Amino acid sequence: MDIHEYQAKEILARFGVPVPRGGLAYSPEQAGYRARELGGNAWVVKAQIHSGGRGAAGGVKLCRSESEVQEFAATLFGRQLVTKQTDANGKGVYRLWVEGASDIAQELYLGFVLDRKSERIMIVASAHGGMEIEDLAENDPNSLRRMTIDPAAGLSEFQARELAFQLGLKGGQIAQMVNILKACYRAYRDLDAMMVEINPLVITGSGDLVALDAKMSFDTNALFRRPEIAELRDRSQEDPRESTAGDHGLAYVGLDGDIGCIINGAGLAMATMDMIKLAGGEPANFLDIGGGASPERVVRAFRTVLADRNVSVILVNIFAGINRCDWVAQGVVQAYRELGLSVPVVVRLAGTNVEEGRRIIQDSGLPLITADTLADAAEKAVATRQKLAA
Amino acid sequence: MAILITEKTRVIVQGMSGRIGQFHAEDMIKHGTNVVGGVTPGKGGESLLGRPLFNTVREAVEATGAEASLVFVPPPFAADAIMEAADAGIKTAVCVTDGIPSQDMMKVKRFLKRYPAERKMRLIGPNCAGIISPGKGFMGIMPPHIYMPGRIGIVGRSGTLGYEAASQMKALGIGVSTSVGIGGDPINGSSFRDILELFEADPETDAVMMIGEIGGPQEAEAAIYARDHMKKPVVAYIAGLSAPKGRKMGHAGAIISAFGESAQEKVEILSAAGITIAPNPSSMGETMARVLATRRAAA
Repeated sequence: MDIHEYQAKEILARFGVPVPRGGLAYSPEQAGYRARELGGNAWVVKAQIHSGGRGAAGGVKLCRSESEVQEFAATLFGRQLVTKQTDANGKGVYRLWVEGASDIAQELYLGFVLDRKSERIMIVASAHGGMEIEDLAENDPNSLRRMTIDPAAGLSEFQARELAFQLGLKGGQIAQMVNILKACYRAYRDLDAMMVEINPLVITGSGDLVALDAKMSFDTNALFRRPEIAELRDRSQEDPRESTAGDHGLAYVGLDGDIGCIINGAGLAMATMDMIKLAGGEPANFLDIGGGASPERVVRAFRTVLADRNVSVILVNIFAGINRCDWVAQGVVQAYRELGLSVPVVVRLAGTNVEEGRRIIQDSGLPLITADTLADAAEKAVATRQKLAA
Repeated sequence: MAILITEKTRVIVQGMSGRIGQFHAEDMIKHGTNVVGGVTPGKGGESLLGRPLFNTVREAVEATGAEASLVFVPPPFAADAIMEAADAGIKTAVCVTDGIPSQDMMKVKRFLKRYPAERKMRLIGPNCAGIISPGKGFMGIMPPHIYMPGRIGIVGRSGTLGYEAASQMKALGIGVSTSVGIGGDPINGSSFRDILELFEADPETDAVMMIGEIGGPQEAEAAIYARDHMKKPVVAYIAGLSAPKGRKMGHAGAIISAFGESAQEKVEILSAAGITIAPNPSSMGETMARVLATRRAAA
């Protein structure tokens, strides 16, 4: 789960990371007021959306007067900001962060991530920050320093110091960097984060380290024990179809094609999408109905898939282990009746209670297209779609 | 012999008195698995499905000589249950639970390292379908009737794709020695490589079907192991050719976040290591049949 920059800064500041003073605004007037409140003669106005690349997308601006702050804020509110990291719809801007402009001498990169190879928290840092980590890895890989943290011992002082020296820091900056590294590590560990990123971490004109931007994302599996983090969820930044589906126990990811998929198991779902593509079609979505799916959950899956207006055919592919084919079949029949389906549906059932499931489909008298194997199902779905298009 | 579980393996179920635990324990017993007891704190002394229940794993091990444990414990308590099993001297634990926090798994992995090699527990999962040696026994949630006993090992992250592979092979008359689901989480107990090692050493396994997916470094690590240390042929399918970068596809671990983690890149790495690729998910069975036929002709 992602949170906003200003929330990440508040959290990291609590752990001891120095951040610039700033204020949150829900309206252009409030943005102007925040600038006045902060004082000074230059402010940075930053759109708060769950995405990187905001600067290049026009979501961040250095303003020299209170009226400029207000005017820029007025252009941002309610806008869908499209960045390199969002889809074509972008993300809605409903909150702005206004902070005093900093005097920047150098930009560093600092990130904490879960490294799957060592199965530990890993620090990634570079003396050349400012650009996205992907670009950094591509354009300037030699500048990247990596370090993993032993979960039993935690981040050691010597490790932090070593990294600070590797980044070319000097004098009092070493102690500042050690504190920042330890603070980020504690925040990561104590709050069940999956990622902490400070980019850029700047050295100011007076030689001090300050976190100019901050990003945090959290382990959704741990939210049950982090209610203060769960509260920070912002649904305005999520794809409404994906979050509604999630509320009903369905893992859904919207894609660009027109063959809707209803499948059990993430692996089989990905494989079915691959099969559709191979047969010459394009999947409209990834959807895993999960284990032990009731007929009601199957109906909900149909609703979710059909909310995408591009969908012209639906492919149901179930290999039941912990699921039951008869329940899924009942769900398909129920969806047909309740939703007055107008798109053709291809159904492939296998595994637990398969005979029962097939019988329900046959006895329903509905124009469902049945398939025996995965390949058969994908080919029939694509052929049906092509017939419709012709 | 098969790997990890045979008809002799003494199995306990942690969380057996729960609804899901009970349902699957019953199925396991029905299919010949040697289930010797269950563990539910507070229910020690009672019995369920004709088996004794214990308060702790240690008591269960002492009373029954259990070697393997199936963990059906909810996510907040699952890591603790796994560590309890390791401390009580269980040899193999299979954890089906989906949704364990990553840092809990980090702690579990670190905890398992504290024991010397001869009494170190092997963990399969979490978030997996379990393990089955067809005709002998199983620990997990798979439908046992789709597996035919035989001499091919299956190892995969996804449960349902493992079923798909087993049923495609069964349709071609190819049976399974053991099928192992290693689970879809970013941090898991056993990797592809760990399971390949067991299959390579198993006299009852002739070849291995490996089912990977996007995300993570484990398929590449397995490729190097297979190239350098395996005599038995490996067939692999990688799911997620059509998956977009940066989007999580259901499994917490199925997300392309680094170089070498897309399906295309993994396919290239595996082929370069001499592994035969099943180009699509419905050709897993036939690709294995072709590899076996070539082997037979060469022999």
